[in-house]
Amino acid sequence: MASRRNLDPTDYRRERNLEEIRVQAEATRQLQVVGQPEKTSFPRATPEDGYYGLPILKKTPWTWEIPLYFFVGGAAGAAAVIGAIADYTGADRELVRHARWIAAAGSVISPALLIADLGRPERFLAMLRVFKPQSPMSVGVWTLLGFSSGATAAAFADFLTRRYGPSIPLRVLENAGQAASLAFGLPFSNYTGVLIGVSAIPVWNRNATDLPLHFAASGLGAAVGMLELMGHHKNRVLHTLGLGAALFESWEGLRIEARSNPDLDPLKHGASGFVTRAGGILSGPVPALLRSGSFFSSRRRSQSLRRWAAWSAIAGSLITRFAWMHAGRQSAKEWKPPVQREAGLSRQATK
Amino acid sequence: MSVTAFLTDATLCIGCKACEVACKEWNGIDEDGLQFSGFSYDNTGSVGASTWRHVKFVEQAPLPGLGGNSGEQVSWTFSSDVCKHCGEAGCLEACPTGSIVRTEFGGVFIQPDVCNGCGYCVTACPFGVVERNSKDGRAFKCTFCYDRQKAGLEPACAKVCPTESIKFGELEQLRQKADERIAELHDRGMTDANLYDPLDTSVAGVHALFIIRGDARTYNLPPAPEVPTIYLKKAWTSSALAAGLLFGGTLLAFLSAGKNGR
Ligand code: SF4
Repeated sequence: MASRRNLDPTDYRRERNLEEIRVQAEATRQLQVVGQPEKTSFPRATPEDGYYGLPILKKTPWTWEIPLYFFVGGAAGAAAVIGAIADYTGADRELVRHARWIAAAGSVISPALLIADLGRPERFLAMLRVFKPQSPMSVGVWTLLGFSSGATAAAFADFLTRRYGPSIPLRVLENAGQAASLAFGLPFSNYTGVLIGVSAIPVWNRNATDLPLHFAASGLGAAVGMLELMGHHKNRVLHTLGLGAALFESWEGLRIEARSNPDLDPLKHGASGFVTRAGGILSGPVPALLRSGSFFSSRRRSQSLRRWAAWSAIAGSLITRFAWMHAGRQSAKEWKPPVQREAGLSRQATK
Repeated sequence: MSVTAFLTDATLCIGCKACEVACKEWNGIDEDGLQFSGFSYDNTGSVGASTWRHVKFVEQAPLPGLGGNSGEQVSWTFSSDVCKHCGEAGCLEACPTGSIVRTEFGGVFIQPDVCNGCGYCVTACPFGVVERNSKDGRAFKCTFCYDRQKAGLEPACAKVCPTESIKFGELEQLRQKADERIAELHDRGMTDANLYDPLDTSVAGVHALFIIRGDARTYNLPPAPEVPTIYLKKAWTSSALAAGLLFGGTLLAFLSAGKNGR
């Protein structure tokens, strides 16, 4: 065995020295060479460490546009649903109009964000070559298309009506647009949960059931918050909806914390865990408490509490989307989950 | 044409990387850059957008049998990794443009003139094979030398392999060959030789089989790969439930508030 004396870990000049560094590292299972943090454990290729602990999965190439799109799309979809139902039940006209504007703004921003993240944005139209029910991305793009057409048509007709007075074609356009934005807005507000749930990333696919519900509640909370900040902070229905969303988000947070599956670690530990918890607290318990508090407060105080709840829910929803993306990247970095999954090992040939 | 496949035999591989080079030359792939991993002789790490064949340098405690080294040294096995061309391919199912198709040879092929670089296939591959090229914007992986196969040639890596560690042929025949080879290795005392062929998993078998030594996990080969489409039903059911709750809840909230909704 090579001598371990006189070993200068900074001397790479001789092949022999490299060999000695290796032998020492193997023996102590620690690496003490420049360029490596001191005493990092020496990676090995074993069933326990995998292939030098290198990740198996590739992390998503998506950049900030996609989580932002999740946020915008979720809020826009929920706003369209609120607007349409408010209209059908004969609620406040101003509320209907504002909800439509949020939906329309979201339906313009969403495709812009989606296209900006493509590796080849000029080829966006290739998405419309096919409809693939087995691909959540394909279903999502078509849903986005239907939603965008509906939401912009409704808002546009509304605008023209206000400007030039009512007419039959405008009413038809408005109603058709609204119906479409409701029909597509329902899946649009939560499909992004399906999108990442149906993937090879453990922390995402382990939550395939939770994600759509979670994202729907998050979108609703954000939409309600936006409407309240647009001057509907006295509307009782929005208050109820906001409370519902916040309670659901609190429950979702508890559910994640209560499950002790190591695949969920990126949601609880490290930087991604911190962001996830921050987003969860801001969308769940904080608005829930503020809203409950506003029931028992004086009028002025109650309204300011609601405004705080609105801000908190919006921020929480935004942070939550980034948190899931962050956790997904973290999850892809860990080689263990995909490999340690219980199942029959490779086929052992019989003699 | 029947389904073609690779059989990559780690007990024959000498780690010369000729397959990597041939692949790069034939397909005109970018360089990987110069990185020093600092802990093994493998400085490439894994397959990716610019590495469609990747030789793993698996250094282990000394193993008896072929290729065993002296007691002080590590024992080396090499295994040339490649896209598995899954029977049920996550990337293919996920692709929203229909760019990824199954060829007449059973391989999984990304049509570069259709791909728009959405990156969804990257999150869908259970083997971490396909990757978006940051300079080009599109996703790339092994084409199974579709062009060569169409011209009746074998893939470049199999053609160049000097030890026939990479075999190319008809899938079922290769399975048979693999079993024979493993029986032979077992006879020669290399009892840890086995075949990586995840048949009973949701990826429905792969078209790139690997003869390896010992535990598949040492080679970063997942024992139970999952094609993400198995989560479709769960996720869409939950999505429908979420849509129903949103609709019902909102309707109820507005109705119960009465006409003025204040
Ligand atoms: S290994 Fe990955 S890239 Fe290759 S066919 Fe399977 S899912 Fe697609």
